[in-house]
Order: sequence, then C-alpha cells, then structure tokens
Amino acid sequence: MTRKTFENEIQQVKDDVLLLGSLVEHAIIGSVEALKKRDLKAAEKIIAEDVAINKKRFEIENQLMILIATQQPMAHDLRLLASTMEIISELERMGDYAKGIANINIRMGEDTLLKPLIDIPRMAQKGADMLHRALTAFVNEDVELANSIPAEDDEVDALYNQIYRELMVFIIEDPKNIERANWLLWVSHNLERVADRVTNICERTIFIATGEMREIKDSDDEFWHAQKK
Amino acid sequence: MENNNNHYSIETKDLSIHYGRFTAVRNVNLKVEKQKITAIIGPSGCGKSTLLRAFNRMNDFVSGSSVTGEIFLHGRNLYSKHVDPVEVRRKIGMVFQKPNPFPKSIYENIAWGARINGFKGKVDELVENSLRSAALWDEVKDKLQESAYALSGGQQQRLCIARAIAVQPEIILMDEPASALDPISTLRVEELLQELKKNYTILIVTHNMQQAARASDFTAMMMIDDQRAGGVIEFDDTKKIFTRPTDKRTEDYVTGRFG
Repeated sequence: MTRKTFENEIQQVKDDVLLLGSLVEHAIIGSVEALKKRDLKAAEKIIAEDVAINKKRFEIENQLMILIATQQPMAHDLRLLASTMEIISELERMGDYAKGIANINIRMGEDTLLKPLIDIPRMAQKGADMLHRALTAFVNEDVELANSIPAEDDEVDALYNQIYRELMVFIIEDPKNIERANWLLWVSHNLERVADRVTNICERTIFIATGEMREIKDSDDEFWHAQKK
Repeated sequence: MENNNNHYSIETKDLSIHYGRFTAVRNVNLKVEKQKITAIIGPSGCGKSTLLRAFNRMNDFVSGSSVTGEIFLHGRNLYSKHVDPVEVRRKIGMVFQKPNPFPKSIYENIAWGARINGFKGKVDELVENSLRSAALWDEVKDKLQESAYALSGGQQQRLCIARAIAVQPEIILMDEPASALDPISTLRVEELLQELKKNYTILIVTHNMQQAARASDFTAMMMIDDQRAGGVIEFDDTKKIFTRPTDKRTEDYVTGRFG
C-alpha cells in the first residue's frame, strides 16, 4: 500500500458521504413525522436543514474534484470517485424530496389531514432504512448487500399503490377531497422516489466493486405497470 | 499463420528473450493491431524495452542475447535466417527516449537516412512530407539548413519521428518518446501519434500512465515473475485496462499501489 495519503482522503470522502446520508435519512423521517403531527415549526426546520445537506454535497463534490485533479485516479479509484459524484447527487435529491414534503405540510396550512397517516410513515421508514443499508454497502463495497436491497423497493411500491387507491376512493366519494388527497399523493410519490434512488446507489456500489455497470431494477416504470393491470 | 494478416502488424508466439542464461522476457504472445497505438506499461525492469527492442532486432547488438519463439511481421518470422536485420529496421523504425538527431542540418537528418536506404525519388519532397507528417514543417521550413541541435527538445524529438517515417516504415517503436519533454511538447507528440496511426502501427513503451491512457488504443501490462522474467500479464483495450482491469496486479499498478 504505497498511497497512504490518497487512501486516507478516500476514507474521509466515504465518511462524509455517510454523514450526508444520515442528514438525508433524518430529513426524510422528520418531514413525515412533522406532517403526521401537522407541526409547521418542525417542517420549517426541515427546510432550513436542507441548506446544510446541499452545502455538504458541494463540499464533497469539491473534494472529489480535487482528488481527481491531483491524484489521477485509475481503475477502482476512478470508479469510486466518479460513482461517489453520482451518489451524492442522489442523496441531495432525496433531501429535496424531504424538503418537498415539508413544503406540502406548510402549504396545507390550516387544512387537516384527509386521513390519519399510517402507510406514509411506513414508506418513509422503509425508504430511510433501505438508504441506511445502501450506504453501508457503499462504504464496505458489499456487493451482496447492494444486490439484495433493490428488491425491497417492491414493498415501497406496494404501499404507494395502496395509498394511491385509497386516495382515489376519497376523491370519487367527494370531489371536495381532491386537494387534500392530492397533498398526500404528492407526499407518497416523493417517498416512492426515495426508494428508487436507493436502487441507483446500489447499482453504483456494484459498479465500484466489480466494474460492471447494469440496471438492477427498472423501478421507475413499475408503478405505471401496476396501474395498467 | 492464421488468416488474419490484414488485421495485425506484428504477432509474437511464445516469445522469450534471454541475456546469456538469464531470461528477461518469457512467453509473450501478443497481437499488435495494424494502424493502432499499443502501449506497453509495467514497473521498471519488467522487460518493456527489451520486448520493444526485439521487434526490430535491436537486441542483436547486445552480446549474449538470444531469442526463442517467434515474431511475425505479416506472417513472416523476423528472426528467420533469411531475414536481413537491416531490412527489419527499415520496416520497423524506432524513436528513443532522448531525441538523438544526427549532428547535421535539419534537412540532412531526414535526407541522409533515406538516401542510404536507397531512396531514389525527389529528396526535397520527401523532406517536406516527412516534416509535415511529424507536425514540424511550419516551424522549420525557413531554416532547413540549420543544425538540428538548434531545435528545442520537443522539436528534436519530432525531427527524430520525421526521420523515422522518412524511410516509410510500417511500424514505429517508441521507447518513452516524451519522458524528456516538457508537458506542451509531450501533448504535441501525443497529438502527432493520433495522426501517425492513420498510416503506421505504433508501439510505445511508457512509464507515464496518463499518457498510455490518453494516447493508446491497446495496452499490454508487463510484470516480472518469481524468476525475474518479464511477461505480459494482461492485454486489453486501453479503456478497459484503466477503468476495470481484470488482473489484480494491473489494478495495483495503474492505481499507483505497486511499482
């Protein structure tokens, strides 16, 4: 091992990605928690904290750029740095979904929730949990783990479908429900996207470890296939 | 020979190169594609230059050196008894690490080699065409009679390339052709390689990994075995070697963890 400095810097980047990931997990769970309690203060806090997520992402991006410019990474190192660039952008977008949920909460204002939130927090919990393990797989370059996580997206999609149908029933029953149903549909859509992006992180992790670039699961289309049936 | 002479310039078959009892390069089976740039990389002492020099029989000058196995140029064994090494070197030119122009004028550096090789055509044209091919013409056209030593290092190296191509070889061997040049001259030589490969097959030995990655189409990774004999441990598309090599030792070398 003749590149101690570079190794240490790579480790630092991985640590930073974990930190960014934990901020995002926190934001996802927190935004749904705030919605469940209709806590507007907490929602505002989530929005404010998204600034820190974006800042951290740019910090890591800058660090990656410096490593690429100064260390001339090749092979595994190159795959790692280039893929980490992708992964932090996925994380930032997940943070935006949480922020979006917080925004919906604020825009709902005095409106009450159309129904008590049961499945939506489940989706959030599941998504955050998948994210947590995906990042564990990333830092350890654990191909087996990275390969196993995307299948769990089916559970998230199933919850999303269930929520979708429930909300449609509310709308059909009374068009006055449209707006409040729409808020929740929007929230669940954001959460469904979180799980899809976890899949992307898993794909990158496998690429880093093996050099093989392939789509594990075309999760974007699944919801629409389910609707057709 | 296999029926692929149009595709490959040089093929080696179980090629080993020995200095006395010591085997410096062992069992190389390499197919060098025509009109492509093939880079040979590997740590110091792994036999890169020895292998390169075998392609135009330069090792013949080293006493005690011998070759087993075969090197085919378009299906013809370069080391067969009936082959004239001078003829081999005319077909397979070489450019060295340090520019080594003759202590003559720029013009004569090109004309001389061609003349002694029996060139019968118009020498002025040959000089101009060679200098143009080496991307040097515009810089020297007004001072062709000046000494080659008056040129900068980068220009001298391009002059040596012009001299190599003046005898119309098929293959150009380059041993660290840019390691003595500044970054701009290096990039100019690399650009030139891309032009030259339209007409020539190029084999280049380099320690500069970025250069191999930038400039070559194929890369051969060499490493010594436990008896200190060098061999090609991985040969592939350059893009693959530098993004996802198969052999762990190649990975360690290109990522700077070995060598």
